[in-house]
Amino acid sequence: MKKLSARRRHPLAALVVLLLALACTGGLYAVFAPADKAQADETAQSLAIEEGKKLYAVGCASCHGTGGQGTTDGPSLVGVGAAAVDFQVGTGRMPAQQPGAQVPRKKVIYSQAEIDQLAAYVASLGAGPAVPSEEKYGPEGADIAKGGELFRTNCAQCHNFTGKGGALTHGKYAPTLEDVDPKHIYQAMQTGPQNMPSFPDTTLSEQNKKDIIAYLNAVNGEETESPGGLSLGGLGPVTEGLFGWIFGLGACIAVAVWVAARTAKAKKS
Amino acid sequence: MSSQDIPEENLPAEQGAAHGAVGVADEEHPFADPGLPPHEHRIQDVDERAAKRSERTVALMFTVSMLATIGFIASFVAIDVDTSVYIWPLGHISALNFALGVTLGIALFTIGAGAVHWARTLMSDVEVADERHAIEASPEVREKVFADFKQGAKESAIGRRKLIRTTMFGALTLVPLSGVVLLRDLGPLPEEKLRHTLWSKGKLLVNMNTNEPLRPSDVAVGSLTFAKPEGLEEHDHGFQNEIAKAALMIVRIQPENIKDKRELEWSHEGIVAYSKICTHVGCPISLYEQQTHHVLCPCHQSTFDLSDGARVIFGPAGHALPQLRIGVNDEGYLEALGDFEEPVGPAFWERG
Amino acid sequence: MSTTANTDSRSRGKAPAGERVADWADGRLGIYSLAKANMRKIFPDHWSFMLGEICLYSFIIIILTGVYLTLFFHPSMNEVEYHGSYVPMQGQLMSEAYKSTLDISFDVRGGLLIRQIHHWAAIIFLAGMFVHMMRVFFTGAFRKPREINWLFGFLLFVLGMFTGFTGYSLPDDLLSGTGVRFTQGAILSVPIVGTYISMFLFGGEFPGDDFVARFYSIHILLLPGIMLGLVVGHLILVFYHKHTQFAGPGRTNKNVVGMPLLPVYMAKAGGFFFLVFGVIALVAGIATVNPIWALGPYRADQVSTGAQPDWYMGFAEGLVRAMPGWEINLWGHTLVLGVFIPLVIFGLFLALIAVYPFIESWVTGDKREHHILDRPRNAPTRTAFGVAWITAYMIMLIGGGNDIVATHFHLSINAVTWFVRIGFFAGPVIAFIVTKRICLGLQRRDKDKVLHGRESGIIKRLPHGEFIEVHEPLSQEHMYTLTAHEQYKPAEIGPTVDENGVERKAKSSEKLRAKLSNAYYGEGNQIPKPTVEEYREITSGHGHH
Repeated sequence: MKKLSARRRHPLAALVVLLLALACTGGLYAVFAPADKAQADETAQSLAIEEGKKLYAVGCASCHGTGGQGTTDGPSLVGVGAAAVDFQVGTGRMPAQQPGAQVPRKKVIYSQAEIDQLAAYVASLGAGPAVPSEEKYGPEGADIAKGGELFRTNCAQCHNFTGKGGALTHGKYAPTLEDVDPKHIYQAMQTGPQNMPSFPDTTLSEQNKKDIIAYLNAVNGEETESPGGLSLGGLGPVTEGLFGWIFGLGACIAVAVWVAARTAKAKKS
Repeated sequence: MSSQDIPEENLPAEQGAAHGAVGVADEEHPFADPGLPPHEHRIQDVDERAAKRSERTVALMFTVSMLATIGFIASFVAIDVDTSVYIWPLGHISALNFALGVTLGIALFTIGAGAVHWARTLMSDVEVADERHAIEASPEVREKVFADFKQGAKESAIGRRKLIRTTMFGALTLVPLSGVVLLRDLGPLPEEKLRHTLWSKGKLLVNMNTNEPLRPSDVAVGSLTFAKPEGLEEHDHGFQNEIAKAALMIVRIQPENIKDKRELEWSHEGIVAYSKICTHVGCPISLYEQQTHHVLCPCHQSTFDLSDGARVIFGPAGHALPQLRIGVNDEGYLEALGDFEEPVGPAFWERG
Repeated sequence: MSTTANTDSRSRGKAPAGERVADWADGRLGIYSLAKANMRKIFPDHWSFMLGEICLYSFIIIILTGVYLTLFFHPSMNEVEYHGSYVPMQGQLMSEAYKSTLDISFDVRGGLLIRQIHHWAAIIFLAGMFVHMMRVFFTGAFRKPREINWLFGFLLFVLGMFTGFTGYSLPDDLLSGTGVRFTQGAILSVPIVGTYISMFLFGGEFPGDDFVARFYSIHILLLPGIMLGLVVGHLILVFYHKHTQFAGPGRTNKNVVGMPLLPVYMAKAGGFFFLVFGVIALVAGIATVNPIWALGPYRADQVSTGAQPDWYMGFAEGLVRAMPGWEINLWGHTLVLGVFIPLVIFGLFLALIAVYPFIESWVTGDKREHHILDRPRNAPTRTAFGVAWITAYMIMLIGGGNDIVATHFHLSINAVTWFVRIGFFAGPVIAFIVTKRICLGLQRRDKDKVLHGRESGIIKRLPHGEFIEVHEPLSQEHMYTLTAHEQYKPAEIGPTVDENGVERKAKSSEKLRAKLSNAYYGEGNQIPKPTVEEYREITSGHGHH
């Protein structure tokens, strides 16, 4: 301590302290700043890209080309971003099984870790939307009613009032949004998979997207209440008409048959 | 049309003419009508115990109804209007609606079931025949009516005093016109109303979602954006009428993929703005397939090709969606370069 | 009336209170002569005769629940902000009509139930009318003297459609608003006057501020008022004509066999009202109808896929969806055929079934009263026509829901639309041919049954080894029932030479009628009834079967 106190008044002391302070701040920044964290993870990241590349070569390259440049069987993946991969593979749409009007949602065959690796690889091919973090699609700070209005303006025309899905041309369809992970809904809006148009943040803000997801969760979630009873698929008058004919009128006619039927006669002995 | 056209022999013989109970076989009815079968007794008619059972069943029904009504009132008082319950297989439903519906249903149904069971098992089930009488009056009555009518007409002298008749018909024809005239103020005349929208030169395209004016860079290829004219707010009076005509659908297509020359000219670097209102019957149309550039109407499936002047490629719409000519102003925002050049929405007689 | 002494002694005597009240009423209303004719009026028993009752009762239920709903509903299009108890709509701008409907559904106790009963009853009312109308059609109950009542019923069906439409449009939700927009577009397509009608109906441009209030008075006053009058007229005529009945032993064209109004039908019909009401209340308690809270308030720039009208408008919807987009521009005017043609076909197609009774009576030239019903098989051409009509109707109903059909059966919506386009023309033809053949086949079977008896299911082996099934002869009642129907002979063109020996040309209407008559009753279009000779020949034969 003596040494230190002795040199405190050294002309260069101020400079040293300044440097130390700068170094500390820098170091702290380096520790806490996300960019530098990525720097720190660089090795892990490049490892993921490596692994992803291998998975890609086996599962995707036959249609999308060895470098993701695309072929006649599949579009280019340059610049689609990690969000697109996470959506397509995470909902089981990719890898596609058979040709058809549209690639359907099906059982997911990759683990989330593998999906992340694939996403990392595809993201390395060209800049694109990243996988959203949970606070972007979580329920905090979302306005459900505003989400409803936005949903009816932007989404209901294809996906129906509460996201039950609907028909498009030539066998294509807007799928139901029931049981779809909020993350995937967010990614679908970001990336516009297949024939769905994209809704980038410039036209449908992050807050807008959050509101929409909260609305969907309120009207088409597991706990959604259907106060009137059976929701009949939420498809509107077609199913209501069928139900009315079969169970409403049907029951009335069944009762009428009973009312008009002959009462059992006493057996003649 | 007179009955003489068809000879009488083409008609089947008069059926069951003056049948008492039993008929006679003839050419028309080869197997004679054996008449009403004898009445057979029901169990309840011969067995008093069975009748008692029926009586108890009916009484039970009515009692259940009373209990159900009490249940209805109890549910109304006890259950909160916003209580939700899970009932398989109905799902999460309103407890009050379910309770009221079921109790009311049971209360009503059991009254009906009781009454019908009573009628079916305990009231007489002997079939009775009631005679029918011709609807047509007898010739004498007919004569009398016509004579009376002629007498009345003659006494009124309506046939002779032609002036009265003519002026009366005139007055009666004209007087309903007052009623027709009164309907005039139900609404304004069409004039040019269907031809103009809020769009005009220099109006910015405002994003429906964020309420911010749009820049070209906001609109990506493959995205879908909805816009309204600047200055139109949801709280404005008349918002509905204006948005019903001015609603806009904006997409961006690679300029080389745009087949229609005018469409490309009216676009800004491939950003095209089309009316969102279907030209068929006016549904907001916006089921945009970004790979095919087709847009489908959810109401009647009219399909338009946005890469080819929005011409109709399927469905009942008769003409293409109107395109709005757009450009970029000095501050770099997308703006309209005028109103639509043709009326938006459904076609009408004066559309031309 | 020569009342004095009689009535006085009655009312002064010790008659029970009920009788005295009845006397009082009779002295002023003359109820006894009404009661004399009707209290023990006979009604035949058959379940299909109760279809009309389903309609009557659901109509009453609709009126009762409708009155309740008017107590809470605000038919106004003023924009308000919602702050009720349904969370996903908080702070949304909506019309008062929509808001009050949300309030009925979420804040009025039992309001949701009454709303649902009202709407389910409407769906069942229209479905009931459709089925009732078909029952009347296929059994020939529309024949003289009931043609006017048939028209009353038809009008009730059509008015019911429009009452339903104006009713479900009232909440001003996004789905019904889309339907109203469609209506406005369809009105615009009417040549010359379309734009004027649209402006007058909506008080200006669509959607304006008026249509909910205007639809409201149409829905709760104008149309139900007319319908109530028609229902009363319909019922009076049913009473006046007395009910039809199926052929059977003891049932002739001059009588009606059944049970009396008091007590049996009072209990059965009265009870049936409660049964129908009970069924509808149960349905409303367990199944949602028109969940307007999920649909959102109407905005002219918003829409949802799966936009359909209620089922009874589905036929019109199908026509509009299937129609190609024809549009003619001439001399500065636009003829919107793509919308106007379906509108016209909609009217004509419905009118077709309405005028059918008059066509048939022209073809048969039959001016007699008919109180015995036909079994559908015994009028093959009529039955085939009816089935063809229903087929076209059903195909268009499918067309009206083509998007739902496409998604749920994994089909292309374009393919479904093409199926509907072709099916509308081909379907009825195929249905006509097939139905007629089935009817003739059933007639043949009836004839066989009469001549050879009923298959008993007992197999017998004859001495020479052959196996035969024993046929039991039918009872007299059964044979009579199977042969009671009438058979017309085809009409021929009258003599082409008049009484003076001068040749005249047969009028084209006569030729047409002869042709139609032949198609109805000519050879191969009905199976001649078995004759007594045929029967004797077979039964007197030895062991013939």
